[in-house]
Amino acid sequence: MSTEKSYRRIVDRTAAAWLFLSPSLAAIAVFFVVPVLSALVMSFTDFDIYALGDLSVVRFIGFENYRRIFELPIFWSALRNTFYFVLVGGPLSVAVSLGTALMVNAKLTRFKPLFRTIFFLPVVTSLVAVAVVWRYLYHPAHGILNYLLSFAGIAPIDWLGNPAIAMPAIIVLAVWKGFGYNMLIFIAGLQNIPDELYEAAHMDGANAWRQFVDITLPMLTPTSVFVVMITIIGYFQLFAEPYVMTQGGPLNSTMSIVLLMYEQGFRWWNMGFAAAIAFVLFVVILIFTLLQMALQRRMQ
Amino acid sequence: MLFASGCQSVREQRTTISFWGMGTEGERVKVLIPEFERTHPNIHVVVQQIPWTAAHEKLLTAYAGESTPDVCQLGNTWLPEFTMLKALEPLEPFLRQSSLVTLNDFFDGVLKTNIIDSTLYGIPWYVDTRVLFYRRDLLQAAGWSQPPKTWAEMMRLCASMKEQAKARGIKCYPLFLPTNEWVPAIALGMQAGGELLRQNKTLGNFSGPNFRKAFTLMADIYRNDYSPSGMQLIINLYNSFSDGLVAMYITGPWNIGEFSQRIAPDVRDKWMTAPLPSMDSTWPGASLPLGTSLVIFRQSRHKKEAAQLIEFLASREQSLAFYKITGNLPPRKSAWTDTSLANNRYIQAFYQQLQRLTPLPQVPEWEQIVIKLQLYVEHIATNTMTVDEALRRFDSDTDRMLEKRRWLVETGKIR
Repeated sequence: MSTEKSYRRIVDRTAAAWLFLSPSLAAIAVFFVVPVLSALVMSFTDFDIYALGDLSVVRFIGFENYRRIFELPIFWSALRNTFYFVLVGGPLSVAVSLGTALMVNAKLTRFKPLFRTIFFLPVVTSLVAVAVVWRYLYHPAHGILNYLLSFAGIAPIDWLGNPAIAMPAIIVLAVWKGFGYNMLIFIAGLQNIPDELYEAAHMDGANAWRQFVDITLPMLTPTSVFVVMITIIGYFQLFAEPYVMTQGGPLNSTMSIVLLMYEQGFRWWNMGFAAAIAFVLFVVILIFTLLQMALQRRMQ
Repeated sequence: MLFASGCQSVREQRTTISFWGMGTEGERVKVLIPEFERTHPNIHVVVQQIPWTAAHEKLLTAYAGESTPDVCQLGNTWLPEFTMLKALEPLEPFLRQSSLVTLNDFFDGVLKTNIIDSTLYGIPWYVDTRVLFYRRDLLQAAGWSQPPKTWAEMMRLCASMKEQAKARGIKCYPLFLPTNEWVPAIALGMQAGGELLRQNKTLGNFSGPNFRKAFTLMADIYRNDYSPSGMQLIINLYNSFSDGLVAMYITGPWNIGEFSQRIAPDVRDKWMTAPLPSMDSTWPGASLPLGTSLVIFRQSRHKKEAAQLIEFLASREQSLAFYKITGNLPPRKSAWTDTSLANNRYIQAFYQQLQRLTPLPQVPEWEQIVIKLQLYVEHIATNTMTVDEALRRFDSDTDRMLEKRRWLVETGKIR
């Protein structure tokens, strides 16, 4: 009797859960599952500008798009640039976030909410607006950056026009724009570390560095795993910064995978090909994330 | 149809049409609109400015989303693509009785780019072609009172300038041929004759003997160091032109204004323009019909009003007004008798050049093809590929880009 009752209660509760979930599930189905599946189908077709005018000329071409991606030299430069951005910008962003989180969270720091707000401001401003402003900062002749450097006797640098410097310039912008978000998460993680641990370490004579390495870092591991993973996934999707500031140039040095996909898809309307690029990027991110998880597990 | 009662203003019965203009033109054209609205009180025009860098994708997505404007400014080379999409309205029915637009008043080479399969889809708004800008004093010092009329003369001139510079121990690039521009390469190829695309424009014809002549000439220019082979060498063209580091440059009408303002004062009246040299003896050599046209989108619900706007903007008077605010050259021959053009000595070369234009192949893939061409110009400039290898690869890239078109032509789906 009572088991049947509790069973029914579970059924009721499951039904209720589904009911509550259904609006968001419906939204996910309509705005995510259906588009992703149709993109997958499209990636096996030659959907292009001709198909935009007349759907009957679409042909199924199997893996031809995927084969052509790997033949395309610009895909490899885009992949290289994207990895450059992820592998340099990602760790830098995490390090800056952690550093500022430690500083903002330090006992001696005053006006904590003020600093938190200031550091978080770039996160909530529009990326396109920020990129436009930074383009002025980076301007070789009239930019404030070169003006300040001139006091140190450094000759003007063509930040966005020099193929060797454009990507680092974009990394600096991206780190500045995004570190505040991770900083907040790190602060939350830091506040969850019990003070007793530091007190005990202090009694044992551990200095600040040892406390950081042996208490802060290990206790922050769950936070760090989350932050690193989200950052890396986000950084793989580099798009708006080069789109607004350099259009992928100079000499394709800031061409990213997503920008390439956008150009193929919307500029040339090679939608089938662009969809295939999207799935290649998906696989790259998936592999990278799995590797990261495996690495994390081994370290623990 | 609603009839206005006595107190209702005209404003409420006006038809609103949308007009997309690109870049600076989209901004400056706004000055001309009040006059149009005054003479056409029943039409209200909303101008939207679209940056050039985003124009193509914006138009395609607008077409896909059925939200195209009524009237639009379209690059000449984009017309084949939008015609293929059946996005554009044939214009002849609207303009047949027009007194303001007489088609034989337009430069023939430019008008032709607006006619696809013998149907008129666009009215030229302004024309753009490329001519030779040169330092008169430097050419004179090298013993040339006239700019070169053939490419053979050009090469001799470059050689003697280079020699003189060497004797004086200074650096000099007689002819600046940027590696990131496709126009000079294509203009040269057209001059050399033959079709750039073969078999009903379904295959590249760049490794054929004619285009090879053009590419070999360019390779010679780079290998003899007549032109810098990297973009980094010329950081500021106007400074380099003033310093005499560069003596000649093939470029468009917008640079008349730029040169007048940005060239150093002491050489300000020492430069001139001339039509392009020729591959053979028929000077001037052909250049390309560039510029933009005004089109009506097929989805427009106010085509009659849209045509009136085009008729207005394409009139002799308004194309001159537009020239005065933008520096863009009028496409109508009759406009060139106006003193503002006739008295500008730098503009005469453009008038001559506009009589000698060769139309580009009308295929939707053209833009993609020429962007690819820049890569191979760079390769021969930096000597990382031979002319043969570059052209062979360019042809195979072009063939691949035209694969769909080839299939459509072979199966009879398009002509």
